[in-house]
Amino acid sequence: MAVDVSSRDMGAMRRRRRRSLMRDVVGVGVIVLAAAIGYFAFPDNLALLTRIIAVALLVLSLDLVTGYCGVATLGHAALFGSGAYAAGILSAHFGINDPLLMTLAGLIGGALAGLLSGLVMLRAHGLPQLVLSIALIHLFHELANKMSSFTGGSDGLSGIAPDPIFGRFEFDLFGNTAYVFAVVMLLVVFVLLRILVRSPFGMLCRGLKEDPLRIRAMGASPKRAIVKMYGISGAVAGLGGALNAISTQVVGLDTLSFTQSAEALVMLALGGTGSLFGALAGTVAFMMFQDYVSSVNPFHWLTMVGALLIAVVLFAPKGIYGTVAAFLEKRREGRP
Amino acid sequence: MTAAVGNPVFEVVSLKKSFGGLVVTNDVSLSMAAGDRVALIGPNGAGKTTFVNLVTGTLAPSSGEVRLGGEVITGLDASARVKRGLVRSFQVTRLFQDMTAAEHLGLAVLQREGRSGRIFGNFLTMPDVMQEVEHRLETLRLTALMHRKVREIAYGQQRLLEIAIALALKPKVLLLDEPAAGVPQSDVGLIEQALNELPADLAVLMIEHDMDLVFRFAKKVVVLAAGAVIFDGAPGDATRDPRVREAYLGSYADAGRVA
Repeated sequence: MAVDVSSRDMGAMRRRRRRSLMRDVVGVGVIVLAAAIGYFAFPDNLALLTRIIAVALLVLSLDLVTGYCGVATLGHAALFGSGAYAAGILSAHFGINDPLLMTLAGLIGGALAGLLSGLVMLRAHGLPQLVLSIALIHLFHELANKMSSFTGGSDGLSGIAPDPIFGRFEFDLFGNTAYVFAVVMLLVVFVLLRILVRSPFGMLCRGLKEDPLRIRAMGASPKRAIVKMYGISGAVAGLGGALNAISTQVVGLDTLSFTQSAEALVMLALGGTGSLFGALAGTVAFMMFQDYVSSVNPFHWLTMVGALLIAVVLFAPKGIYGTVAAFLEKRREGRP
Repeated sequence: MTAAVGNPVFEVVSLKKSFGGLVVTNDVSLSMAAGDRVALIGPNGAGKTTFVNLVTGTLAPSSGEVRLGGEVITGLDASARVKRGLVRSFQVTRLFQDMTAAEHLGLAVLQREGRSGRIFGNFLTMPDVMQEVEHRLETLRLTALMHRKVREIAYGQQRLLEIAIALALKPKVLLLDEPAAGVPQSDVGLIEQALNELPADLAVLMIEHDMDLVFRFAKKVVVLAAGAVIFDGAPGDATRDPRVREAYLGSYADAGRVA
């Protein structure tokens, strides 16, 4: 009897692991497929697709603190913008134009901004925390605005001229190289984040989101976990910022704006929090919809975006991916 | 107040807490040695919950000391106290609804060993962790629920899981906050069995309302009323003590019959 139970559990465990691995493979496959479809469907608009990927990195990063740790923030673009400026300044002021070094600078800049934000954010909870995040993004924005000799202020930072990747692949006018670079970056980040959310630390954060008191009673420090996750989240957002700086060769104050932060949160809610697939789905849906509607009706596109959001909140409160996942789960449980 | 036999592993010395003019914990002292089984009882509003919060570090006392293994831990926060071996369970189960029983125990084991910050790997593939998780579930007869999410588990078994998590943190002192609260009468036996099988060298302080359970489990009873200790001694003497009877005003008249 005991043997039966244990062997059945081993089987269940293997199935679970296989299913989880399957989801990784499917995830990578879907990204590659979507990237290929995008490439052939919008050959003239690779700049938009590259921008979607950069923002997707921001939304994934936001999901780490909001979806996995339960910290609601309206200031997450601070991490994205810091990465963008770090990469841009390296090129424009220090003449270091290697795109990989610029990417690394973005990662570090984002991570530092993330650690700083994390330390500030855990001073409060709930509504005051949300207000704190708004204060943070305004401070970052104002800092970049005032340090205009470094950042270009409201004119934006120009003079960014990335070298060819590995000295071979030049950033061409059509954005082919930038797009491939972006897709590869997204794939690497996606796989690493899948590992992260399954790791002991990922599990700790999921627990933290649900009940910080329980986590403390296990002897773990919620504050340390949040600051650490903010650091990781900053690195991811910083990569997105660097990608944006490299591909557009300009960094504007809008990368550090409240609007960008709020839009990221909207995209995450649209796709579904607490899931990497949700973050990706939300970004693609929001940005494609925004691009399409604004070209069809430049006067009322914001109204339509608003209507879409209300519809999602009312009819699919778990977001696009969350709703689909819940539906599939139900069907699987329904089967014997 | 009480001299425990041997070296005390856990001591509370003149603990006081007041909110403004309201004194909720008044000069409470307690001493426990390894292997002690003590029950903390008292009528509603006696200050039992405040006492637990003061001892575990959720609340800061106005004065007094808490010592663990001779070390003063009054200034430490809740998680630091857990790391040193002072572990609590909760009156109302606090578990993660979407996590499995194995994940709860895995997290506790990893946390105890300082591995919960790792960003690579999955505990399901860590043989040493899984072995311990399986062993702990088996001890509490929860093996069949290993990969069930908490929201699919019956409340009585959730309470057992709560005890398993506390034990996985390898405590020196265990505070059980009403371990049988909310458990259907038919399952109280399961909880009691688990309590009887707790490690012999563990000091256990149980806060409980179920008098039957208290009298069977505890070798010593501490009665709290209006924030102060009014009785400290053998369970049999508690029910005969006039102050205890007065404090309860007969609300536990049947407690006397049991004893």
